[in-house]
Amino acid sequence: MIKLLEARGIHKRFGGLQALTDVSLSINKGEIYGLIGPNGAGKTTFFNVLSGAYTPEEGEFVFAGAELPYGQPHKIVQRGIARTFQNIRLFRELTALENVMVGHHTRSTAGLFGILFQRKHVREEERLVTERAYELLKYVGIERFANTVSKNLSYGDQRRLEIARALATEPQLLALDEPAAGMNATETTHLRALIETIRHDGVTVLLIEHDVKLVMGLCDRVAVLDFGKKIVEDVPVVVQKNAAVIEAYLGGAHA
Amino acid sequence: MEELARIVPYFGTHNPKVARAIVIAIMLCAPVAALGVGPAWVRILDFALLYVMLAVGLNLVVGFAGLLDLGYIAFYAVGAYTWAFLASPHFGVHLPFWVVLPLGAGFAALAGVILGFPVLRLRGDYLAIVTLGFGEIVRIFMNNLNHPINITNGPQGINMLDSLHIFGWDISRKIVISDDFSITSLLLYYYVFLAFVVLSVILVKRMQVSRIGRAWAAIRDDDLAAKAVGINLRNCKLLAFAMGATFGGVAGGLFGAFQGFVSPESFSLMESIIVLAMVVFGGMGNIGGVIIGALILSWLPEVLRSYAVPMQTALFGHVLLDPEILRMLVYALALIFMMLLRPAGLIPAHSRYSKPELVLGKRIDVSGGGVQA
Repeated sequence: MIKLLEARGIHKRFGGLQALTDVSLSINKGEIYGLIGPNGAGKTTFFNVLSGAYTPEEGEFVFAGAELPYGQPHKIVQRGIARTFQNIRLFRELTALENVMVGHHTRSTAGLFGILFQRKHVREEERLVTERAYELLKYVGIERFANTVSKNLSYGDQRRLEIARALATEPQLLALDEPAAGMNATETTHLRALIETIRHDGVTVLLIEHDVKLVMGLCDRVAVLDFGKKIVEDVPVVVQKNAAVIEAYLGGAHA
Repeated sequence: MEELARIVPYFGTHNPKVARAIVIAIMLCAPVAALGVGPAWVRILDFALLYVMLAVGLNLVVGFAGLLDLGYIAFYAVGAYTWAFLASPHFGVHLPFWVVLPLGAGFAALAGVILGFPVLRLRGDYLAIVTLGFGEIVRIFMNNLNHPINITNGPQGINMLDSLHIFGWDISRKIVISDDFSITSLLLYYYVFLAFVVLSVILVKRMQVSRIGRAWAAIRDDDLAAKAVGINLRNCKLLAFAMGATFGGVAGGLFGAFQGFVSPESFSLMESIIVLAMVVFGGMGNIGGVIIGALILSWLPEVLRSYAVPMQTALFGHVLLDPEILRMLVYALALIFMMLLRPAGLIPAHSRYSKPELVLGKRIDVSGGGVQA
């Protein structure tokens, strides 16, 4: 087992609220890792700290053998961590294809003068990026809407597009923040198949999800957060039977 | 170009080639037609082209990158004063245009970066206020830098700027072909400005359909998501300010050469607002719309100026409303009706930031309906 990402003692405080307390976890290369917990447990905060949107007070992330920088989201993307958002955040006025092409930003090199003079390598890169973006739309199954402005896509397709955009940054770790939120049963089944394909193609997946059934069926290992603390980290079968987890979800009386 | 061609009635949708030919023909013949009415109208056309250049440059900042800039005219001023310093008797320096124009553009870009740094974290209204302040600072500098050392000659402005010499040929002098046929300098300036405008539009379009243009659009639509896909917000915003300013600087230099005189009062806040109004009126983010907006809003006041007074004297016997007041009224009405009837501008942006046909060939329906079966 090769560790891809290791979080070491992450602390994050917002004023008087301790959002994350000493959270440590490790994600192995090639697995689907679930992060669950009741509302307000700190899952999304953990995501935001990981992706560089917030700076933790203490702790560090080690990714693929080296420490991650703080507070510079674009550098973290360059290192190979991509994320999606709980509330979909697409570039609304751009088409589906262009959204994915924006995702290629860090993996392309065209500079200002190359663009102004339309140098040959820039034109070639533009063609490749377009092609690759279209392939990714096909990969998530929405290539029909390549030229549709993204704000006009259906909810499920917007979710897929966000995943395609994240994949366009060519990540080693794909962090999905509640991808199944608001999806119906069919859409969730499709999503599940998609996440499995992504893993199969060599991308490690970190999944925050409320849909416990989805997480337990899909993930290789699961960590549970409650009030900003990790209460358990193990394979789904064990986690399901853990007393602390049942208490966190159902309240003390059931434990 | 395509955007302009598409709005030609009938041909725009039926025969793009003809539409394009019509646009080019209008561009080439407009000054000759205007000359038929009177040389003043050619002069107005020349100014209209400068405004087009300004509007295209501002559109890059406001329309593409979504950074509301109310001090854009400052870059115009930087370009114009660069010309005044380096090509006039004021300092006794007379450099050729191919040195002064790029320098003016460079200084303007530098000013853009200087403005850009402090406003990186600002958005919307706050950004507008700071940029507005920046525009005023530049103007006040121009106004007061005549003491203790006279740099800008203060409110009097700088006079007798060199005109545009292209390879030793002074285009402010008319070409005499025969005794009763000559080409006026106004006409020559028109074609020179047209060349600059066409070049600007080509460059802006290239930026639009590129990695940089898409990054700008991403920042405009959602800066948090833009960060999350790895866009360096700071660099991209600074680049937008600098590139927008560059076009302002070039337009400023041309303005100085054309006018032969610069003074701080040409660069008031009102001018910034007028250029912004052109962008909004025409359709933010759509180059074709912005060009049309700039043309209409720079023509309208002149039409008023020449017809309002005679019309009022004919109707009422005396002038009720000064054309200058009417101008503001018409601007205001135009913008209000715009907001009510076409909130996205005269030609709403169908701006594309990619060329899907590169991959998909003809399978794709470019209108946005998805791939055809």
